[in-house]
Order: sequence, then structure tokens, then C-alpha cells
Amino acid sequence: MSEALLRIRGLRKSYDSRLVLRSVDLDVAEHQVVCLIGGSGSGKSTLLRCVDLLDVVDDGTVHLGDTELTDPRLDADLVRRRIGIVFQAYNLFPHLSVLDNITLAPRRVHRVPRAQAEETARELLDRLGLADKAADHPERLSGGQQQRAAIARALATGPELLLLDEITSALDPGLVGEVLDVVTDLKQRGMTILMATHEMGFARHAADRVCFLEDGVVREQGTAEQVLTDPRHPATRRFLSRVLDR
Amino acid sequence: MEHGTTAEPEQRPQTADGDYRRSPREEERRQFRRARDRRNRWTAALCTIAFVAAVAAATVASPGWERVHALFLDGAEFRHALPEVLDGFWLNVRMFLIAEVLILVLGLLVALVRVTRAPGLQPLRLAATVYVDVFRGVPTLLLVFLVGFGLPALRLQGTPSQPWVLGVIALVLSYTAYVAEVLRAGLESVHPAQRNAARALGLSTPQALRYVVLPQAVRNVLPPLLNDFIALQKDTALVAVLGPLEALRAAQIKADYDFNYTPYLAAALLFIAVTVPLTRVADRLQRRAAQRAWTETGR
Ligand SMILES: Nc1ncnc2c1ncn2[C@@H]1O[C@H](COP(=O)(O)OP(=O)(O)OP(=O)(O)O)[C@@H](O)[C@H]1O
Ligand SMILES: [Mg+2]
Repeated sequence: MSEALLRIRGLRKSYDSRLVLRSVDLDVAEHQVVCLIGGSGSGKSTLLRCVDLLDVVDDGTVHLGDTELTDPRLDADLVRRRIGIVFQAYNLFPHLSVLDNITLAPRRVHRVPRAQAEETARELLDRLGLADKAADHPERLSGGQQQRAAIARALATGPELLLLDEITSALDPGLVGEVLDVVTDLKQRGMTILMATHEMGFARHAADRVCFLEDGVVREQGTAEQVLTDPRHPATRRFLSRVLDR
Repeated sequence: MEHGTTAEPEQRPQTADGDYRRSPREEERRQFRRARDRRNRWTAALCTIAFVAAVAAATVASPGWERVHALFLDGAEFRHALPEVLDGFWLNVRMFLIAEVLILVLGLLVALVRVTRAPGLQPLRLAATVYVDVFRGVPTLLLVFLVGFGLPALRLQGTPSQPWVLGVIALVLSYTAYVAEVLRAGLESVHPAQRNAARALGLSTPQALRYVVLPQAVRNVLPPLLNDFIALQKDTALVAVLGPLEALRAAQIKADYDFNYTPYLAAALLFIAVTVPLTRVADRLQRRAAQRAWTETGR
């Protein structure tokens, strides 16, 4: 297998005196879906923010293809154009319609002509089952619809890598499925995805790999089947018995 | 590597991090950032010096510079005038301190009246609205004239007659209208869910206001509030038209007497000396608020 698309080595990050990530090594190969699991506060969001350069790492390197993202000479904006990110709290712009939310970056950052940007946006909305919501403002949408719109927005710039941070944890159980179906569809289309999730059932059937984050390192990683049904590390076993019991 | 656990066994001490050494790559990054920061500081310093030098050169080269220098920047006159202007300035300080307390209390009352929905309070709400509309619309200087000369002319029992008190009344009337609007915006910026959460815990409406809504409202509008106070501190000089011996009036008397405008400069510097610290505080609070907004939505 050739080199992975996203390569994280020895990543270290602390806030003030609190060490969150001690030394994280993680690979995401092209067209793979990698799920990050771990307790609350284990640093999953921090890791994703570091990859998207929303936070400056304390040590270690992150490579995307041939580019070292942690190179301070790099223009962070250029990198972010290659990465899409979706947060737990949607963060759609409330003053723009769904369509304008999606076309904002293609038009203003990538200078795509309006007509073309809107055509792409409509195709995306169609695929994500939001065709009739294009003109609506975000507050008129349900949580699941908002989250799908946020995913469409992240996809509109054609990113090489998609980062998803617990995109279903703010949703009603009934709405979780529709959002996860979108992720499954993206996987089938060959998208490369690194996602933090608490949905173990989803991780099991959709993830190519599962990484368990604990105490600032990747404690255990492997195929979803292996990590989730036959964990080797006691800490993984403890974590899984806690979350699967519920 | 298809599968593997990070080799360390369980008994690894939880805080074992003392052996961490920065990687060469990180050292190099830090070095680069330091060099870049140094370069940026130099650029900033050089640009500033060049700009100041250009402005100074243009000023000194202007045809009227000699005259301006003698009339506005007379060192001896400055030293001579400063004590008298400073004496007057204490009155400004007293005026704005008193006014600020009154404005906060009254502004809060007006804001609360305007946000309540109780039907019985409709007349009060109407009065508050009219008050805000009228007093925000009248120029502050005009209000100083009206209160300063109009109120004593009524010859009512117990109306104050000292000009500086009348000046403070005018300023309070004017600025309360602004501050009430700022506070109202703050109260309305607190999400209704917060009030509901407080009510759900059993807090009464006033308690919810006092312990949950108001602290957040004030936090949200502190920077614009401080801006209004900065403006107020300067506007105490408007009271000079009523004649009390505050900084501007003192400077004016001295300037007229000596045929030199340097006393005005002394007064200006005193006003700057009290507003700059407050401006810096406002900046800091604004930055903190921005950071908070960032961490609250950025995840
Ligand atoms: N901006 C910040 N300033 C200070 N500490 C922070 C900041 N962001 C995160 N932290 C701390 O870093 C730790 C990891 O947080 P992070 O959000 O990455 O956890 P997580 O694994 O995503 O948790 P969850 O599953 O609850 O979302 C937490 O202890 C948190 O308090
Ligand atoms: Mg998180």
C-alpha cells in the first residue's frame, strides 16, 4: 500500500498546562473512513481542529499528501481549501439561505461563477435529500436537515479530506440515521473521511479503521470488527463496555 | 500496520511526561516563528517611525508652523496653566463619576421597563420609549443649555442652582437614554432558553433576571457601555457653557488672559489621560468577548 493521504506523527497539543494530546500517530489512507472513538475529553475534537489548522500544534507533524500542514511557512487558508470540516453544532450561517451557505466558499474563495456554483450546490442538495430546502434559511430546517446542509457546504469546495466531529450527537435518535446514510454514501463515492463519533454501530459497519484515543495517544487501532468486538487493550475494553452497555 | 496496540502496558504512570523533549522539527518551527515575529516587529517599528517622521516633517514645514508653535505649544505657558486647569479638571472627574453611577442605575431601570411585557406597565413603557426617543434626539449641548438655564428659571422649590449640578443633570438625562438602549440590546441578546432554564430550576422571574439574564446581558454589552462612558467623560466639558470652573472653562479663562492657546492643550492632555486607560480596558474586554464567542461556537 502506498503512503496514506493523511499522516499524523507524534502530534502533541496542550491547552495552558493541560496536556490533551501527548503523541498521536494516525494514518488515513485515500478513500478510507477512519473513526475516532474515545471518552469525552479524550481530545477527538482537538485532534480534528489541529488537522484543520484551527489550532496550532505543540509538536509533531501532519501531512496531507505531499504537504506538511504543520509547516509554519504554509498559508493556512490554502490548506483549509483542501479539507472540509463539519462540527457537531452545524455552524450554518443564519443570515444566508441554505443555497447561499453552500455557494459562499466556492464563489468567494474559489471564484467559481455563481451559476456554476449554484448548479453544483443543487446537485449536492439533491443527493443529500434537501432539494426542496435550497431557498430556506437554516432555522427553518430540522437538526438532521441542518447537519446534512452543513455536510453539503463542506463538500461544495471538493475537498480531498473530510473531517466530521460528532456530527450526530446533537440530533434526535430518529434523525441520526439520515445523516449517517449520507456518510455511507460518501464512502461509496470514494471520499476520504476522518470522523469522531460515539455511534459504535455505525463505526462497525462503515469504518475501514477504528482508532481508540485515550490519555493523549492512540491506544488501539485496527479494523472496526477487530477493535470493537475483540479489543486487545484493557482500556479499550473498559471504554467499550461502558458505551455499549447503554 | 493493520492492527496493533500502542505498546505501553497499563502500569505506565499516568502523568509520565517528564521525559518529553521537543522534536527537532518543532524546534525548527519555533525558531522560524520567532524569526518571523522579530521581522514583523521590525517592520512595524520602521513603518511607524517613517509615518510619524513624515507627519512631523509636513507639520513643521507648513507655512503657519511658527505661529502655531508659539500659540499652542508654549512650554512656559503650559507649566503655568497646568495647575489651574488641573484644579478645574477635578470637577470634571467628580461630574463624570457621579453621572456614571446615576446613569447606570437609571439606564437599567429604563431598559427593564422597556423589556417587560406586563400589560399593567404599558404607560411606563410608553413613557420610557418617549424619553429615549426624545433625549437621544436632542444634541447634548442643547440639553445642557436647556437644563442649565431653563430649570432655574422655573423657580421651583428645591431645584439645584449650582451650574455643575445642573450640568450633571443634563448629562445624565442625555446619556441615560443611550445606556438604556445599550442595556436593552444586552437583555434581548440573552437567549430565551436561558431564562427558561433558570425558571425551570425554580428561580422566580426577578431572580432569573438578577442571577442569570442580567449578568450575561452586561457581559455582552460591556464594550459598548464603556464606549458610552468614555464619550461621557469628554462631554463633561460641555458644562463649561454654564460657567462652572471645570477644565475647559479654566483653560479658556487662562487662554483669554494670556493671549495663548496652550492651556487648551493642557486640558486636552488631561482628558486623554483619563480616557486612554478606559479605552484600553474596553479593548481588552472586546478581545475577551471575541475569544469567548470563538470557543463557544468553534467546536
Ligand atoms: N480552547 C480550549 N481551551 C482550553 N481547553 C480546551 C480547549 N479545547 C479543548 N480543551 C480541553 O481539551 C480536552 C479535550 O477536549 P476535546 O473537545 O478535544 O475532547 P473530545 O474528545 O472531543 O470530547 P467530546 O467527546 O466530549 O467531544 C478537554 O479536557 C477540554 O477541556
Ligand atoms: Mg468533541
